[in-house]
Amino acid sequence: MTTKVQEPAAAGGKTGSGDAVASGASPALALLAGWLVPGAGHLLLGKWVRAGLLMVSIVGMFAIGIALQGKVYTPNTGEPLDMLGFAGDLGSGLLYGLARLLGWGQAPVLTAVADYGTKFIVVAGLLNVVAAVDAHSLASGRKPS
Amino acid sequence: MTISHFSAVLLFSLFTSIVFGITQRAQPKKMVRFGALCFALFVGGTIAASWAMWLIKH
Repeated sequence: MTTKVQEPAAAGGKTGSGDAVASGASPALALLAGWLVPGAGHLLLGKWVRAGLLMVSIVGMFAIGIALQGKVYTPNTGEPLDMLGFAGDLGSGLLYGLARLLGWGQAPVLTAVADYGTKFIVVAGLLNVVAAVDAHSLASGRKPS
Repeated sequence: MTISHFSAVLLFSLFTSIVFGITQRAQPKKMVRFGALCFALFVGGTIAASWAMWLIKH
């Protein structure tokens, strides 16, 4: 004589991965696009307004930094703050490459306002990293909307 | 191009608050509220620090 044991309806219970499929973009692609071009990660996910606001904010901040004659850091192994400055600048993705290509931000910083420009450029890069990680979270479903 | 120090504070606060608002909250209404809070804290904090430095000097 045997006893029938009722099995649970759902075994495993894996959840939270459906949003990545629904958005149509892989998390890695959203992260990479968001890093290279400010706002592009959100654009891939169909978040048009957020993408536009992020692009205007980050590109605007970077452009103001350049206009204020801020410094664009180059790869270096000197002062720790210079190395951190380079890491921050690198967060701007293609904007940083464009600045290096066109020779922007290479003049010496002589005024307080130019030093503000240097900070604008570094913070633009850091904010772009934050925005790219946000796009990754949206694509992976970790952030709901 | 040159701008005043206060204009630099306003621009920095505006752009940073927009990015913080969008990335740190999930609903649009909360994004606006958090962005506005960040902007107020940035500008208010700068003004408070400026007055504190003036008081220390005098």
